[in-house]
Amino acid sequence: MDITPLPEITHQSLRIRRPLPLDCGVVLDGVTIAYRTYGTLNAARSNAVLVCHALTGDQYVAETHPLTGKPGWWNRLVGSGLPLDTERYFVICANVLGGCMGSTGPRSPRDDSHAEPWGIDFPPITIQDMVRAQKMLIDELRIERLFAVIGGSMGGMQVLAWAALYPDAVFAALPIATAAYHSAQNIAFHEVGRQAILGDPDFREGRYWEQGVIPAQGLAVARMTAHITYLSEAALSRKFGRRIQGGSDVGGALFGERFAVESYLEHQGSSFVRRFDANSYLSITRAMDFFDLAADYGGSLAAAFRNTRTRFLLVSFSSDWLFPTAESRAIAHALNQVAANISFVEIVSDKGHDAFLLDEPDFSRTVAGFLAGSAVAAGI
Amino acid sequence: MAKVPGVRYVAKNMRVDLELIASMVAPGTRVLDIGCGDGALIEHLFRTKGCDARGIEIDMAVVTRAVAHGLPVMQGDADTDLSHYPDHAFDYVILSRTLQAVERPREVLRQMLRIGTRAIVSFPNFGHWSLRWQLLVTGRMPMTKTWARMWYETPNIHPCTIRDFFVLCQAEGYTVEQWLAADEAGHRAPWRRWPMLANLFGEQGLFLLRRSSGEEPPH
Repeated sequence: MDITPLPEITHQSLRIRRPLPLDCGVVLDGVTIAYRTYGTLNAARSNAVLVCHALTGDQYVAETHPLTGKPGWWNRLVGSGLPLDTERYFVICANVLGGCMGSTGPRSPRDDSHAEPWGIDFPPITIQDMVRAQKMLIDELRIERLFAVIGGSMGGMQVLAWAALYPDAVFAALPIATAAYHSAQNIAFHEVGRQAILGDPDFREGRYWEQGVIPAQGLAVARMTAHITYLSEAALSRKFGRRIQGGSDVGGALFGERFAVESYLEHQGSSFVRRFDANSYLSITRAMDFFDLAADYGGSLAAAFRNTRTRFLLVSFSSDWLFPTAESRAIAHALNQVAANISFVEIVSDKGHDAFLLDEPDFSRTVAGFLAGSAVAAGI
Repeated sequence: MAKVPGVRYVAKNMRVDLELIASMVAPGTRVLDIGCGDGALIEHLFRTKGCDARGIEIDMAVVTRAVAHGLPVMQGDADTDLSHYPDHAFDYVILSRTLQAVERPREVLRQMLRIGTRAIVSFPNFGHWSLRWQLLVTGRMPMTKTWARMWYETPNIHPCTIRDFFVLCQAEGYTVEQWLAADEAGHRAPWRRWPMLANLFGEQGLFLLRRSSGEEPPH
């Protein structure tokens, strides 16, 4: 298995002129945010849509990835004539703070005078920190109000944080397959992944680059564990069942035959370690674990959205057990408490949490219709 | 059934009784439509009256269709989800031909008049002469175009008559600001002054309610 990290390339990015104060108290200077845009900003600067990516996603939402060569992760949703129509909207997607695709994160130099990367010493960040960094990017692009902010999973957490932190800067919010806090079960799965990374001998206390190695085994196991949570029993049965696929050269007779699902997971793990930084994975999973929007508002999620004029579309997927429909419904009820304008649907799918990234015609139609209706209301 | 002159016909995909309901709603108001279906009424209220109209619908497939059409509709249940809304969030809360299908009609009405200043309620009238006649003659549960499902599978678990509804409004202290009876197609019927006749000849009842003054919770 080839685990050579993919070469580092230069990403389109912007250096934020203002310092970024983090929730942990540290102030970051010279933050860089890597981002991509699609479509054209109109004269009134009113048609911008911010796409927030999930845990292991990045800014290459609607184009071939320059490193992996894979199609954009939401190229079913973003593009000409698609629900996020780039003929109509100016779509922005930024790599999150803490990421490893060009934005400031554990792999970035500590500051201008120290070329050494932050590594494991990168300050703990929160979902809200990510959103504040995005807001600075939006300010730099001289966009006062986003027509819409959309994202799934961790991207959905960012959408919720956007609506809470900057209600006047968000006309429409689309939190997809997400929750207003990270559940104990989800934290538990993250912790299994983190322990795999921390226990890898090549982790070298987070300073693996000094020896020219990466904790590939640990990161791959983390990815494999997480990947199971993105699927569903039905989807795994449909795709793999108990099919046998080839043998393994390790373990002799015990692993003489391998299940197809094993090979699939191994492939997911090995391709992931080539593109993702282990310290970034630790940093971002921690940010998700810390997320509890209501806690910032005295334990009341409704208080986070008091007086909101943002229009919301909540979408969940019936077989998603990582961010089940009940979590979206809880957000809907909090929004009801402040009489917010909300649409809420559960899309029937057997594809689990991953459904938000896959071909789900009802989901596409729902997003397209909601955005079109919101565009009428926004006058764009 | 005699048709009253002057009733306007509306777009073919909008039930005529929705037009009667819409005529009770003042322009530019905040409206919540419970059991909104595909959202025909909220779209009508938004387009023709500039209302901030939203909907709740229990059937997920129908909700998906409404949202895909650009309408603000959430999946929810009238019996359980109204309690989340704050007092006075809306000028009108509408329940169109759904009252008879909810589990706790009295509680739903209370919630409607808590979160809304006014409630508009329409329901099929179980006091209509044809139902009475069928029950009298056959001794079996009546079946009509409106009451078209067998008693063991009907979702309409709380049928009531127009007179029953008047009695409930009085018991609950609601002021009936407007009421009318209509035929199945939603054409207004001329028994405005005589509830007893309306109860005999009206296929559905339509009421505009307000909390009686003095019962208004503080703002």
